[in-house]
Amino acid sequence: MRSSLFFFLVATLVGALFFFGIRWVANDYLFFAGYTVLQFIVLATAWNILGGYCGYVNFGSAAFFAVGAYSSVALHKLAVGVDRYFPESLVGLAKIILPLNIPTLIIFGGICSGLIGLGTGYLTLRLRGAFFAIATLALAVVLQTLIVNWDFVGGSRGAYIIRPQTVPIIGSYIQYLFLIMIVLSVLALTVARMIERSRLGYGFATIRDDELAAEACGVPTLRLKLIATTISGALMGMAGAPFPYYIGYLEPGSAFGLAYAVNSIAMPMIGGTTSWVGPLVGALLLGIIQQVATVTISSAVNLLIVGLLLVGFVIVAPKGIVGLVQDFMRSRASDGGRPTWRSRLAIFANMRPGAR
Amino acid sequence: MAVPLLQIENLGKRFGGFVALDGIDLSVTQGERLGLIGPNGSGKSTLVNCMCGTLQNETGRVRFDGHVVDGLAAHQRTHRGMARSFQLPRPFTTLSVAENLRIPLLYTANTRRGAHLSPAEIAARCEELTKLVGLAAKANKLPRDLTQVEMRKLELARAMAAEPKLLIADEAMAGLSQSEVGDIVELLIKLNERGITIILIEHIMRAVMSFSQRLVVLVSGKKIADGKPDDVVNNPEVIGAYLGQ
Repeated sequence: MRSSLFFFLVATLVGALFFFGIRWVANDYLFFAGYTVLQFIVLATAWNILGGYCGYVNFGSAAFFAVGAYSSVALHKLAVGVDRYFPESLVGLAKIILPLNIPTLIIFGGICSGLIGLGTGYLTLRLRGAFFAIATLALAVVLQTLIVNWDFVGGSRGAYIIRPQTVPIIGSYIQYLFLIMIVLSVLALTVARMIERSRLGYGFATIRDDELAAEACGVPTLRLKLIATTISGALMGMAGAPFPYYIGYLEPGSAFGLAYAVNSIAMPMIGGTTSWVGPLVGALLLGIIQQVATVTISSAVNLLIVGLLLVGFVIVAPKGIVGLVQDFMRSRASDGGRPTWRSRLAIFANMRPGAR
Repeated sequence: MAVPLLQIENLGKRFGGFVALDGIDLSVTQGERLGLIGPNGSGKSTLVNCMCGTLQNETGRVRFDGHVVDGLAAHQRTHRGMARSFQLPRPFTTLSVAENLRIPLLYTANTRRGAHLSPAEIAARCEELTKLVGLAAKANKLPRDLTQVEMRKLELARAMAAEPKLLIADEAMAGLSQSEVGDIVELLIKLNERGITIILIEHIMRAVMSFSQRLVVLVSGKKIADGKPDDVVNNPEVIGAYLGQ
C-alpha cells in the first residue's frame, strides 16, 4: 500500500512536470497531440488488465471507449434540452445538476462501460481463446448498430458538442482536457500496478497460465475474470468520456474506430503485457510516432505503422520491449546479496522472475 | 469404525454414449493411503475430475468431510480441503517455483483460515514447502528450468500449499526413473505422516504396492476390487482385467 502511494505520488509529480513543461512551450498543438497519446496510455493499460494479466484478448476496446464517449453525449443532450426531456416538476432540479462537469462525466462513463464489461463477462467468459476474442468483436458491432440507430445521441449523423473556450484558473479548454487525461493516466497506471502486486494480480496470472490448475489451487477464476472485465471496461469508458469535448463532433465511425481497437492491443503487445510499464512504453512509442507521422506524412499512414511495428515485434521480441529490458535488469539483480539499482528498478517495474 | 473423509455413492458419468463411470461407490477414511489402479481408459482420471469438481457427475453423490460437495466448483472444493496434482504437470509457467506455491496459500489457506496470512508468513510457508520437497535451491527458478521429477515435486508441493485434508495424486510418477519413483513415494508417505489422507492413482505397481494401505481397481468405469493390496493383486478378476481372460 505504501509502495502504491509512493508510486501514485511519483506519477503525479511526473504528470505535473509534463503538464507545466508543455504549458511552458506554449503551443496548443502539443496539448492536442499529448491528449491523444495520454488517451492511448489509459486505453492500453485498461486493455492489458484483461488481455495481458488474464490472457483474454479483447477486440472490442473501441466499444467500451465509445460507450464512455456516448454516455457523455447523452448527458450533454439532456443538459441542452432540460425543458424538453424532463417533467415540469423536475426541470428546476435538472437545471441545478446539469450540465455535469467532465470529471463527473468520466465517472458516469466509467460506470456505464464497467457495467457493460461485467455483462460481457457474464455472457462470454465461459468462452476461451479465439472464441472470446470473436465475441468481444461481435459486442462492438452490436453496440455500434445500437448507437447508429439511437437518434437521441445523433444516430449515424453524429452529434455536435459545443464546448466552452476557457475554464477558470487553467485557461484554455484543451489544456483542461489534457490535464484531466494526465490524471486519468496516473490513475490507470496506479490501478494496474496495484493489481499486479496484489493477490488479485497473482490470481490473474494463474488464469493466463492455466485456468484448470488455477481452480485446483482455489482461485475463483470466473469471479476474477468478471472483476477484470469490469475494471478494464470501466477504464476504457473513462478514457472515452471526455472524447466528445476533445473532438467537438462525435459520430459512430470515429467513436468505434478501428484505430482504438488496434492500438489498444498493439501498444501493450509492443511494450510488454505482464507489467504496467509495457502499455505505458508501447503507448508512448506508438502514440508519439503516430502523432509525428500525422503532421509529417499523413494520418492515413498511422495504422500501417502500427501493423508493421506489431509484426516486427512479434517476430523479434515477442515479450515486447519490457521483455527485452527485463533480462538485462535481472542479469545482475544482486551483488553479493545486496540489491543493485537494476534489482530496485526491476522491483519498481514489477518485473517478476516469470513475467513474460 | 472411522468416519469417512470422502464418501462417493453411485457415481456415474457419461461422455455421449460412452459410460466413463458406472455407479462407483468408494469410501476413504481420515489418514488413509489409498491406491487407485486400472488399465488405461478405466475411468480413474474421470473419477478424480468428478471428485474435484473439474467435471460434474451425472448421477450419485460426493460427500467430503461430512458435506455434500456436488455442484460446488473446483475452487470451492479446494477451499474445503481437497487438493490434487495433475497427471501431466500444469505449473504456472510465468511464475517462479515460490510464486507457484504462493497461489494456494493466498487463495485457499487464507480462505480456510478466515484470516489473511501476512507476507512474512506466506514466505516462510513457501520456504518450508520448497525444503520439504527438495526444491529450496530452485525457489526463484521458472518451471521451465526444472527437471521432470522436480516438476512432479512442484505439483505435489503446490497441492500441499492448499493445506489439504485429502490429496489426490494423479499419476505423480509417470515417466520417472526407478530412483525418482522412490523419491516421490517417500515424499507421499512423509506427507501422509503429517495427517493428510492420500489417494494415489498410478500405473507403477511397485510404487502402488509400497505406498497403499488399501487398493481399489477400476475397469471400464466399474469398481471390480477393493481391499488389501496383496489380496487385490491376486484377485482373478483383477488379473483377468490386466492380462486378459
